[in-house]
Amino acid sequence: MDENGALVNVIGLEKRFAVSAGVFSRVKGYIHAVDDISFDIPLGRSLGLVGESGCGKTTTGKLLARLMDPTAGHIYLNDELMGRIDLAEIRGQELKIFRRRVQIIFQDPYESLNPRRTIYDTVEEPLRVQGTGILVEREARVVQLLELVGLTPAASFLFRFPHELSGGQRQRVAIARALVVNPAFVVADEPTSMLDVSIRIGVMQLMSELAERLNVSYLYITHDLAVARYMCHEIAVMYLGKIVEQGETEEMIKNPLHPYTQALFSAVPIPNPRRDRVAIGIKGGVSAPIDPPQRCRFYDRCLVGDQFCHDNDHPPLEDKGAGHRAACYKV
Amino acid sequence: MVEITQTQLTELTEPMWRIRLRLLSRSFIENWRLFKEYPIGIIGLGIIVIFGLMALAHPILMKYVWEPRVYDPVIGYDISILAHPSPPSSTHLLGTDPLGRDVLSQLLYGTRFGFSLGISAALVSVIVSTTIGALSAYYGGLVDVIFMRLADVVIMLPFIAILIVLSALIEFNGFSLALVYGLLVGFGGQTIVIKSQALSIKVKPYIEAARAAGGSDWHIIFTHLIPNLMPLSFLYMMFTVTGAVFAEAALSFFGLLNIRMSWGIMINTAQAAGYLLAGPEYLHLMLPAGLAITLLCSSFYMVGRALDEVVNPRLRQR
Repeated sequence: MDENGALVNVIGLEKRFAVSAGVFSRVKGYIHAVDDISFDIPLGRSLGLVGESGCGKTTTGKLLARLMDPTAGHIYLNDELMGRIDLAEIRGQELKIFRRRVQIIFQDPYESLNPRRTIYDTVEEPLRVQGTGILVEREARVVQLLELVGLTPAASFLFRFPHELSGGQRQRVAIARALVVNPAFVVADEPTSMLDVSIRIGVMQLMSELAERLNVSYLYITHDLAVARYMCHEIAVMYLGKIVEQGETEEMIKNPLHPYTQALFSAVPIPNPRRDRVAIGIKGGVSAPIDPPQRCRFYDRCLVGDQFCHDNDHPPLEDKGAGHRAACYKV
Repeated sequence: MVEITQTQLTELTEPMWRIRLRLLSRSFIENWRLFKEYPIGIIGLGIIVIFGLMALAHPILMKYVWEPRVYDPVIGYDISILAHPSPPSSTHLLGTDPLGRDVLSQLLYGTRFGFSLGISAALVSVIVSTTIGALSAYYGGLVDVIFMRLADVVIMLPFIAILIVLSALIEFNGFSLALVYGLLVGFGGQTIVIKSQALSIKVKPYIEAARAAGGSDWHIIFTHLIPNLMPLSFLYMMFTVTGAVFAEAALSFFGLLNIRMSWGIMINTAQAAGYLLAGPEYLHLMLPAGLAITLLCSSFYMVGRALDEVVNPRLRQR
C-alpha cells in the first residue's frame, strides 16, 4: 500500500461492539461493525462510502474523526502540520491539535446545532476551544466563513438561533463550523439526506466548490449513488462491515464487478422511460453482523456464489485492473 | 481565502455584551409571552409578589410605624390589653397571641423567613441535582451507579421523619435546615429526573460536534449539557420551594427548630397554649399562619406548573 501522497491511509481497521445479554450482562458475541477494511484517500480527492443501512459507513466515519476508538488497525493521517500520525494512538494535546485537521459534518442539521446557542457561538466554538486568535480575529473569521457558505449578509445570521433557520441554512452553518479551523480532511456523514430535494443540490455544489477552494478532502458517506457520483472521485461500496468494491467513480458506474454493487447500481432509477435495463437480482435480507461465519459476507444473498465461496473465508479486496478493486472469487 | 470587506467589520462594532443582553431580553420576553397564557402561573406569581411585599413591609413598619416594645414578633407585649390572646382590633389587626405578641407582625416576620428558607433550599437542591445528574449521565459507569443507588436510598426516606431524627443530632436553624433539605431533594428524586433528561441530550450530534471540535469533557458539560438542562432544573426548583416551606412548618410545629419566629412556630404557640381547636373566636391564632403556608406553597407550585408548560413544548395546548 503506498504511503506517500495519500492524505489518509486506513490499514486493517476494525470496530466491534460487544452484545451482552442475561442477568450479569455476559458478552454473547460481537457486532462486527467495521471488519478489517483498508483504503487510501489521496490529497485533494474525495472518497464516497456507499452502502445500505447498518453496513458500517457511519462507524467508519466516526472512527476517522476519532469520535470512537478502533478495536484494531491503523488510521494514518499524513498532514502537513502534524506529520504522519496514527489516529488510534494520539492522546491529549496531540489529539486536540488533530481536531483542527479533521472535522465532521453530521446528517441531521436539526440535531447537530445546539438549540440554545447562537449561530455565532456554534461556528466560533472550534476556534475558542482550540484557543485560536483573539476575539476580534475570531469574529472576523466567523463572518468570513458564513459568507463563504452563502449565508449572506453574515451579520444578519450571526445572532440568530438554529430554530430561526431552515434546514438548508442549518446545514450550511454546520459546514461553516467544520471548515472554520481550516481542516485538511472532513468526514461528511450523509450531509444532504435530511434536506429537501430542492435545496440538496445547492448544498452539494457548495461543498464541492469549497473542497476545491480550501483544498479539503471528504470522506463522503451516503446511500445515494447519484450524490456519490456528483461529489466523489472514488467510490467504495461497503457490505456488512467490509469494503466489497472500490474504484474510480465513473469506472465503478460503467463497470461494476461485485454482484452486490451490480445489484445496487441497477436499483438506481434512470429518468428515461424508453431505456431498457437489466434488473440484477439479490436474495434474502441483510444477514446479522453478529459474529458472521467465516465465509464471504455476501454469500447468503449472492446469486453467483458456489461451494468454493461457502468453504473459503471472505475474499480479499484485489485489483481487477486499472485500480478497480473488488472482493469476489467469481470476478 | 476571501477578503473581509470593511462593511462587514463595521457591522460588528457593537460590543458583544450588548448583543448578548439584547438576545437575553428577547428570549425573556418570548418566554414571558408564553407564560402569560397560563392564568394559573399569573395567579401564582401574583401571590408570590404579595408575599414579597409583605416580607419587605415588616422591617419598614417596625422602624417607622410600630412601637418595637409592643410589636416585636418575639419579645413584644401589649400591656394595654388585659387578657391575651385578644381578638382582632384596631391596634392589632390580627389580634395578639397567648403571649401578648402581635399576630400580624409575626406573620410578616415569618414571611421573610419562609421565603429565604424556601429559595435557599431550592438553590441548594438545583445546584446539587443538576451537577450530579449531568455528571452521572455524561460519565456513566461507576459514577452513575453510585449516585443513582444513593438516589434510590434517599427517595425511600420519609423526609419529615428523617428531619425529626436529624434534629436530634444537629441543631437546626433556618440555614442548616435549608441546606439539609436541599441536599435531600438534590441527591434524591430530582437527580434521577435531571439525569434522564441529560441522557437524552448527551447523545445529540451537537455534543459529538463539540468533541470533534476538541472540546474537553468540562467544556461539553458546562456549555452544552447543563444549559440544556436549566429549564428543567428551574422547574424543579419551584417544586422544592414548596417542599421546603412545608417541611419548615412541620418541624417548627413540633418545636424542633432553633429559630426566633416562623409560621410553624405561630401555630405551635397556639397549640401549646391549648387554643388550636378552641373555637371560632381563636381562629385568628392559627388561620393567618396556616393560610400563609398553604398560599406560599401553592403559589410556587402554580408557577412551576405554568413553567412546565412553557419549557415543555409537548404540553403546550395548541
